[in-house]
Amino acid sequence: MSGVVSGQKKRDPALFGAVFLLGLLSLAALLAPLLAPHDPMRQMLLMRLKPPGFSPGGGAPFLFGSDELGRDILSRTVFSLRLSLLVALSSSGLSAILGVFVGLVAGWRGGGIDRLAMRLADVVLSVPTLILAIFAIAVIGPGVATLIGVLAFARWPRHARLARAETLRLREKSYVQAARLAGAGTGRILFRHILPNAAGPLIVLVAAEVGLMVLFEAGLTFLGLGIAPPQPALGAMLGSGRLYLDSAWWMTVFPGLAIFCLVLALTILSDRLRDRLDPARAAG
Amino acid sequence: MARFLIRRLLHAALTLAGIAVLVFFGLRVTGDPTLLMAPEGATLDQIDLLRRQLGFDRPYLWQFVDHLWGLARLDFGTSVVQRLPAGSIVLARLPYTLSLAGAAFGLALCGGLVLGILAASRRSRVSGLMARAVILAGQSLPTFLSGTLLILLFAIVLNWLPSSGADAPGALILPALVLGAYSMAVLARLVQAGLSEELGKDYIRACRSRGLGRGRILLHALRNAAPALLAMAALEGGNLFAGTVIVETVFAWPGLGHLLLQSVQARDFPVTQAVVLMVAGVYVAANLLADLAHAALDPRLRARLS
Repeated sequence: MSGVVSGQKKRDPALFGAVFLLGLLSLAALLAPLLAPHDPMRQMLLMRLKPPGFSPGGGAPFLFGSDELGRDILSRTVFSLRLSLLVALSSSGLSAILGVFVGLVAGWRGGGIDRLAMRLADVVLSVPTLILAIFAIAVIGPGVATLIGVLAFARWPRHARLARAETLRLREKSYVQAARLAGAGTGRILFRHILPNAAGPLIVLVAAEVGLMVLFEAGLTFLGLGIAPPQPALGAMLGSGRLYLDSAWWMTVFPGLAIFCLVLALTILSDRLRDRLDPARAAG
Repeated sequence: MARFLIRRLLHAALTLAGIAVLVFFGLRVTGDPTLLMAPEGATLDQIDLLRRQLGFDRPYLWQFVDHLWGLARLDFGTSVVQRLPAGSIVLARLPYTLSLAGAAFGLALCGGLVLGILAASRRSRVSGLMARAVILAGQSLPTFLSGTLLILLFAIVLNWLPSSGADAPGALILPALVLGAYSMAVLARLVQAGLSEELGKDYIRACRSRGLGRGRILLHALRNAAPALLAMAALEGGNLFAGTVIVETVFAWPGLGHLLLQSVQARDFPVTQAVVLMVAGVYVAANLLADLAHAALDPRLRARLS
């Protein structure tokens, strides 16, 4: 485990790059209304499929080119990043809150509640996230709130299982028993004594989930689900870019690069977080 | 072992029943299932007629019993669009998805093992670093992006391979490559983690101090890490099966995933439901196999179970 002992002082260019990249992308997403040179939904039909502004023969007003309806790719990309981060962060946060709560209570109470919660978790886990999301969106209809809710619902069992396992591990510890004997209530024990000591692995899981949520959101919007059409989404941009692949590479390359960089940065960050917080399960 | 087998089988059956309940109530809690299946622009009378035809005007309890009884007989209802049993429509597409998923899984297993071993055992060498870079990139490259880029390269620029469909020779290569590459990165990451943990254990240090060669040590570690890895590989196989939805859409591969999306777009709900249940069934079966394989291969787990 040389990484754990000497890792603190060693320079880590990958981590630096990831933080930098994520900072840049988040900033672009946050400042989207200020950064975007055009309205992301405004169609300029006379300016369709213009190549990027920096290439020879490029349409000057569009730095990253324009799409099949004459909309600015750069503006759509930064607004899509906003949506991706919003959906990824809120769905992983929501599923963590729900899952950790269920896991803590199930692990602490045991018995029927525990069995019921874990069977329910098994059922949800046995439908792959993407399939569950497609089914749910087909039933409920598209929308940002639906997307967040559906992804959170599909992923809470992972947090619940981990929180439950941690609760089972910690419940017999002497400090938990001491708190119990001192008359602390269930809520106090769970949230003041067990949760803080289980925080490491839980944080690692949430961090890994954020990157996956970006991929799920992009995958769903690529399939044309989850977001109603005029609103920009990275997956949807790739979906329409695919149809103009042989003539308008910029429609695919720029949103594709945005997804790749975002997920890459999130993956590196969550790997490094795992090395720090959960050394037993770190990959060296 | 027999008790474990029976318990796991019961567990799997219970999970499948749970999914059936989830689908049934998910459909009714969130709205009117008849409206979901009615074509757009249907009049109120037509909707009422459809409701009676589908049996949705009866009490929930009867509908539910009917729903379960139908599933037990593998009857998933009738396709609204094609007027054929949804089950047979799904079954017709299954071979395509199985061949795609099978080819991709084989690729993911072989590649994932090699990459994971390199990344874990050659930590500071060029080969290890490159393996880690490939793993990281593979995890961050969604299939719809890598698929699009490969189509651009091999189908449009080089014109070597077909970009869509399943009829032309070599049509399987690109979709299997794309689907396999993502799972390969995920599996390699698991192998890397499992092997690293194993290589840090005391018995490895003992092997090393007795002067065993690199290869022999690696074999020891692999054998001990293998059962857990195999179980995770089976799970990833289930994920890969679900991942076909996107890959099949990119390459117009006529499998289950493509069917799922078509049925969603055509509001053909019985088919959607049949695909979801079918995929969940495969996933539950993969889970079951993973657990059984794990128990069969790992005496430590077996000892703990009995």
